[in-house]
Amino acid sequence: MIVYKYIAEILFYAFMILTFMGGFMAVRSKMLMHAVLGLAVSLFGVAGLYFHLGSPFLAMMQILIYVGAVCIMIVLGVMLGNTPDQLAVKNFSGRNTLLALLACATGFFTLFVAIGQTKFVPAAERIGDMSIRFVGENLLFKYCLAFELISVVLLTAIIGAIILARGGREEVAK
Amino acid sequence: MMISGELNTYLIISAILLVIGLYGMVQHRSLIGMLISSEFILNGAALNFMAFNRFIAPNPAVGQIYTLFIMGIAAAEAAIVVSIIIAVYRKYRSEDPEQVQDLKM
Repeated sequence: MIVYKYIAEILFYAFMILTFMGGFMAVRSKMLMHAVLGLAVSLFGVAGLYFHLGSPFLAMMQILIYVGAVCIMIVLGVMLGNTPDQLAVKNFSGRNTLLALLACATGFFTLFVAIGQTKFVPAAERIGDMSIRFVGENLLFKYCLAFELISVVLLTAIIGAIILARGGREEVAK
Repeated sequence: MMISGELNTYLIISAILLVIGLYGMVQHRSLIGMLISSEFILNGAALNFMAFNRFIAPNPAVGQIYTLFIMGIAAAEAAIVVSIIIAVYRKYRSEDPEQVQDLKM
């Protein structure tokens, strides 16, 4: 059905706009809570782009890990770090906006030209497919080092976070 | 015109994500704002990996595994950064990076 193709294309535009609008909201909003909300919206848009890239598994992981876990953690950081009356404090400085925009525009222009000039050649032959089964087999056999490494990194991060965050507790209690 | 099937579309989207992250990193006045911006940069990189994985990689599982790896790193990084921010806030009562200049706690 050709109609589904057009619907998918319209959804692609929608996800793209969601990504950009969320990013714009995250970097331009004056309140930190709105910035976190913009981050969540933008990450949701990126999850939609992963769908279009043929990987529903990664899209679900994006929603689960980023929108679900990382954003909640940042919200906790915002709430623990600021008292309610400070939440409205300006988190955004208007100084040197022009310089920052210029620097970013230069970087983007460089990347744009580089992308336009490069000829990307697809691989001569592809093995496997984009399915979860193939990813799982690769993850557990051929690339099991990455799997083990990420578990060690996460464990270290959890222990480190606990040690860092409870460091000052005794001082406060005294 | 179908742009969702083009490699360059995704590369430009991820370049824009990178630039948004850089702009936020320069402009935000709080440590949490800078953490949010770094998530944008990581996402731009992950989207790049996924795009190359879909269109030109010989083994289409590698890019997905790498993107999963980036997600794990981002989660670990966010946990560490939030706990550092809590520790810094206890000491300085402020999240302004310009007031937090000494490493010594």
